[in-house]
Amino acid sequence: MSRRREQSEYEKTFAFRFFRWLSGEKDAYIGNMEMRPQKEYEEKEETVAERMREKGKFSAEVYDKKYNRELRFFDRLYRAFSIIFCIAIVAVLIFTVSFLPEVGNEANPDNNIVSETYISRGIYDTGTVNIVTGMILAYRAFDTFGETNVLFVATCCVMILLMVDEDKIRENKESNDRGFEPKNDVILQKVAHVLAPVIFLFGIYIILNGHLSPGGGFSGGAMIGAGLTLYVAAFGFEKTERFFNERVYRIVKVTALMLYGCIVLYYFYTGANGLANLIPLGEAGRILSGGITLPINIFVGSEVACTIYAFYALFRRGGL
Amino acid sequence: MTEILNYILLGFLVVCAVSVSFSKNLLNSILIFMSYSLVMSVIWILLKSPDLAITEAAVGAGITSVLFFITLKKIHAIQSGKREEEEDEPEKRAE
Repeated sequence: MSRRREQSEYEKTFAFRFFRWLSGEKDAYIGNMEMRPQKEYEEKEETVAERMREKGKFSAEVYDKKYNRELRFFDRLYRAFSIIFCIAIVAVLIFTVSFLPEVGNEANPDNNIVSETYISRGIYDTGTVNIVTGMILAYRAFDTFGETNVLFVATCCVMILLMVDEDKIRENKESNDRGFEPKNDVILQKVAHVLAPVIFLFGIYIILNGHLSPGGGFSGGAMIGAGLTLYVAAFGFEKTERFFNERVYRIVKVTALMLYGCIVLYYFYTGANGLANLIPLGEAGRILSGGITLPINIFVGSEVACTIYAFYALFRRGGL
Repeated sequence: MTEILNYILLGFLVVCAVSVSFSKNLLNSILIFMSYSLVMSVIWILLKSPDLAITEAAVGAGITSVLFFITLKKIHAIQSGKREEEEDEPEKRAE
């Protein structure tokens, strides 16, 4: 049993001060640190005029190639060296390429036991007909998890750089770049009307068939993202926000990443082979087969689609 | 036949890559870059990796160029039709 503390006693503890700081009630700097508002730097007109005059004099006399022989010489030298440098790099690269083994040669070093094992055992281990997806998402699930995290971090960085307050988006709605565009372009809208559903459908097809046919999470997700971009470009953000707003984005993105993390964790905890218990491999060639490949495909796909849409939205108006 | 097509496409890639850096107009650069990605995706199909072709077409030709367009618009390197005329006229008068 913990004894109930008095309010005055609690206020002296570290936890109280920490939570007060965390909630932003008290800024540690205010009162303890001298703070002055920054003055705007103003320059007199005379000094500006004088500076401009001097600058003009300099560029007229010093940087004119007619009078400055050294500059002329350096200019030629610079050009000659850049050309020589480019040619040297191209020569070195071509020289290196000539030593590379021929494509498709049997004695190549990439024809080793690893690729043989992937090809011969892949379908039994992972249950995927498409060996490439089986390799990326089952044998190397941890790699792909890292890549998905990179996508997540990239979106976070773009958000830090380009996110604008929501009030400002509403305030500047007219001055936003949306105002400059042909708002309801008939051609674009008609084309998007026909194309967007097909693109979405094809993207979903590629994601769901990632373990059977070429493609997979990344390709399908990129296609869905491109479809979303087309839809937004044609119909504007207001219509898109009806089915895809910041809340949906957050839920989908975080849930996909966390579930993917859980699957990878389980997969490696059981020694990378024991997942047949959790998600059965099923019959190869069916839609519901391939063990962990199908759910991971779906997670990666939604992650990529969200990332691409977020890039577009953040670049366009600084918010989702 | 496929080999000849392959060589033509590879030559086109080189031409595109060189002309991207030599074109003065940024909008043209992006359009050439887009066609580069499109040709690249055809080459991926000829190299029998359709999954990469799909990704290249969606990301390279679609998303990247769109992001470039938006960036150019934000820094006012390209402007949409009507605005351009309005803004260009006073400059012409000044000249």
